Amino acid sequence: MQASPLAPSVTGFSEPRRHLLRIDPLLLLAALGLIACGIYVVYTATRDDIPGSPNYYLYRQLAYAGMGIVLMLLLTRVDYSRIREWKAGVYGLMIGLILLVYAIGYSARGSKRSIELGFFNLQSSEVGKVLLILALSAFMVDRMRRLGDRETTSRIMLLALVPAILVVGQPDLGSGMVYLAIALTVLFVAGTKWTHFAALGALAVAAVVVVLVAAPAGGVQVLKPYQADRLTAFLHPTDNPKHQGYQINQSLTAIGAGGKTGRGDDATQTKLNFLPEHHTDFVFSVVGEEFGFAGAAIILSLFALLIWRSLRILTMSKNLYGTLVAGGITAMLMFQVFVNVGMTLGIMPITGIPLPLVSYGGSSVITTFLAIGLLQSIHAQAREVAAAKGRDLAL
Amino acid sequence: MYLDNERRPALTPKLALRVAVIGAIALVAFGVIFFRLWYLQVLSGDRYLAEAKDNQRREIKVQAPRGEIVDRDGTPLVVNRVGLAVKVTPDKLPTDRAERLALYRRLGRVLRLRPRRIARSVRKQLRVEPFAAATVKQDAPEPVVFWILEHGDDLPGVTVERVFLRRYPYHTVGAHLVGNVGEVNQKQLGDPRYRGVALGDRVGQSGVEQQYDRFLRGRNGASLVQVDALGNFKRELAVDRPQQGEQLRLSVDLGVQKAGQAALAGGTGRGAFVVMNVQNGEVLALGSQPSFDPNLFSKVIRERDYKRLTNPDLGAPLTNRATQGGYPTGSTFKLITATAALQSGIITPDTPLFDGGSLQVGGVTFKNAGGAAHGTLALRTALTVSSDVFFYRLGLMANSAGDGLALQRWAHRLGIGGLTGIDLPAEQSGTLPSPRWRNRLFKKKVLDRPWSAGDNINLAVGQGDLRADPLQMAVAYATVANGGRVVTPRLGLRIEDSAGRAIQDLDAPPARRVGINPGFRQAILDGLRGAASLPGGTSTPVFEGFPIPVAGKTGTAEKGLGRADQSWYVALAPYPDIKYVVAVTDEAGGFGAETAAPMARQILAALFGVKGDKARAGGPSD
Repeated sequence: MQASPLAPSVTGFSEPRRHLLRIDPLLLLAALGLIACGIYVVYTATRDDIPGSPNYYLYRQLAYAGMGIVLMLLLTRVDYSRIREWKAGVYGLMIGLILLVYAIGYSARGSKRSIELGFFNLQSSEVGKVLLILALSAFMVDRMRRLGDRETTSRIMLLALVPAILVVGQPDLGSGMVYLAIALTVLFVAGTKWTHFAALGALAVAAVVVVLVAAPAGGVQVLKPYQADRLTAFLHPTDNPKHQGYQINQSLTAIGAGGKTGRGDDATQTKLNFLPEHHTDFVFSVVGEEFGFAGAAIILSLFALLIWRSLRILTMSKNLYGTLVAGGITAMLMFQVFVNVGMTLGIMPITGIPLPLVSYGGSSVITTFLAIGLLQSIHAQAREVAAAKGRDLAL
Repeated sequence: MYLDNERRPALTPKLALRVAVIGAIALVAFGVIFFRLWYLQVLSGDRYLAEAKDNQRREIKVQAPRGEIVDRDGTPLVVNRVGLAVKVTPDKLPTDRAERLALYRRLGRVLRLRPRRIARSVRKQLRVEPFAAATVKQDAPEPVVFWILEHGDDLPGVTVERVFLRRYPYHTVGAHLVGNVGEVNQKQLGDPRYRGVALGDRVGQSGVEQQYDRFLRGRNGASLVQVDALGNFKRELAVDRPQQGEQLRLSVDLGVQKAGQAALAGGTGRGAFVVMNVQNGEVLALGSQPSFDPNLFSKVIRERDYKRLTNPDLGAPLTNRATQGGYPTGSTFKLITATAALQSGIITPDTPLFDGGSLQVGGVTFKNAGGAAHGTLALRTALTVSSDVFFYRLGLMANSAGDGLALQRWAHRLGIGGLTGIDLPAEQSGTLPSPRWRNRLFKKKVLDRPWSAGDNINLAVGQGDLRADPLQMAVAYATVANGGRVVTPRLGLRIEDSAGRAIQDLDAPPARRVGINPGFRQAILDGLRGAASLPGGTSTPVFEGFPIPVAGKTGTAEKGLGRADQSWYVALAPYPDIKYVVAVTDEAGGFGAETAAPMARQILAALFGVKGDKARAGGPSD
């Protein structure tokens, strides 16, 4: 069907900037709520970190948030479907950025993860998540006719595996796992057969066994020792109080000490250097210690809201591409939230995954806002179509 | 709006199911997280809170300064000074062994210590207390400390701490009676006397520092500080102020002590002296030569120095000859023999005995000193001229009178062969030869023959197997002088606060009473007075011109084996209202009048404030 012959100008009433009116307000609320809480938590966590500059991290996170919100609003006005045409370019860009890190990357703590852009370090593995979602969903749409083929499934997985392996080499194990989660969810939402997932599951188990058990026994270290330790430390944190188990123990102590309503200024466990990465990976521990169960519940509820709206947008998307993109985004958000929070609670391995909109870090904040912008775009487009249909029918 | 090749998906049941699956996963995950949070924060919150608080608290011991020790007039004999100790904190040290050794090398260069020795000392201390800082140098000079503070970056883990150290302003004077402090050892930690003392604390190890340690040591305080994960000090949370130890006032008179040690130093260099109040046992001076400087112990004493202090060839300065020196006393014992003989009825003060210059007993000839023959004399004269033969006869008679143990019985009552009970650690009791003692050792084949009369004869003049020290002699003489009370010598007068106000009097236990007939007592004292004033008195030349009337007894103990005689003198003054006893001995001083008596005069001069007194050595005496 062609576009409605009844253009707005014919109906005689003006519809100013329709797409802005069709955003999902709850999604926006959840995003803004989270970024606001996140900024405050980063502030209280870091205000004693650099003597003389209590607002160092605050200002930066505000700047990142500002940029992110602007990008989000811009994306909302765009029809995401157009990106589908550029799928090869998007995929190439993602690979390019990841490889660029290897070439000129800036090392922090021994890992080359980001590219210095003056005031801002771009972590390409972060941006890569959104790029992958866009590219992978596009490729998936193209192969919808051959959905049941094993070849389709493996091709998609392979497309995700390449960047995943590249980022794991940076090393950024966490991002690699997010890439795989995205791929699996895109396949799942598209409607891939359950048997394929069973096979993939078996493959995953085999991979874990090989990487963590068989290969080391055979003298091949796939993962660096500290990476392997970090993954398994959460299973026995008290065994190694000085090293890997240390972070977990400190995090548990901090969160537990928060009690029902938190320790407020007394929350010294997460300050005073006891918990490293307290403004990035372990920022949820700060929430737990300073704001207690109440504070943690609020943050988690906002995330729940975010994920709910994301799923809802998935179901109402105007086209398959939108559904898959929304699916990928949902996967990205869920995986990161559960793994990060789980890590601080000692029920997930330590993987260096940031908590969206709360962890300090420009790349993560901007990437998340890009994702939310895409969701809003999908929502707006869907509403637009529905409205148009409504108008169509009304005629 | 729609592209041709795009399909708009309806919400198929299949998709709805899949979305539901995703939603369910999310729900379960949130559920797990919420339960876990509930468990951690609400159910176990208190436990974690305690742990969090624990994490950031450290208790630091704040050392208490020891109480000072002052003499009877309040003059400080032992004080504190603040020293700068160089310590290393174990968790700040470099973990790499080579780096650590390099650090010790840098440190050692400025502290003048070998790096391996620093490593060993640190290792040893950390083995005992793994978390406390290990002391590398107890007392570092200021310029060294400044250098260390300036170069802090090159010396990770090295800190400087103020510590209290003992200072002995008079060095060798009174060293044996004040004693020294040192680190508490394992054995002492188990002793209930040292309750409250922790490893690393310093306690008294000898002298009154040890005897009265529980008053002197005070109570260490503690400071509760908040630290960060690196152990850096953040702020003080609470402080438990340390309590300075209480002050100890001694009965010692510094002037007399100095005079005594100066006098001893003028002799052969090995000897001892005691000055005591005969009425109440207060010790005004007590010294031993050679002496040592207790300041040596304020820092960690080097093994080399310690060996020097215990080396017998160098006189073993750590030995307190006044309480640990076991010597034959020579004729000074005659006071005891006289008491025994009179009280057991063997003689009366007027009983005449013949002194022909020698006595033959069972094939052995016992001679007078110098072979002089004094003819017939009674007790007083015998004491004045120190007739050996007179007392040989007393010894012989005592050996056969009654159970033959009269001499031993009275010697024992007057404190010979037993502890005087002075408030100093490590006192020795000496030896009082008796038939039972000798026969027992003969049976064990330690000695070559059993008891014979000759042994009692030797004992009567303070020779043979007798072993006694100046303190025991002082107590024996004091007992006769005060009419029969065996006083307990006392150094500690009272415990005070730092301003000198009394907290607690240190009372001696009540004196043992031995009944001495006043007439007999007077006879003995007359004899002694004669010895220091009458012509023919063994110490009369020594005390010529001395303004204070003195009664005293010389003693010249033969030591055999070609060794020089030991010189003794015990003085009682002022005669007749005797207040003090002075007992002096010089291990190789020869005749009593030659060395010990002049020393006693020197001491008496200081005691009674006689200015510009010149003691003269007497000639051969007994």
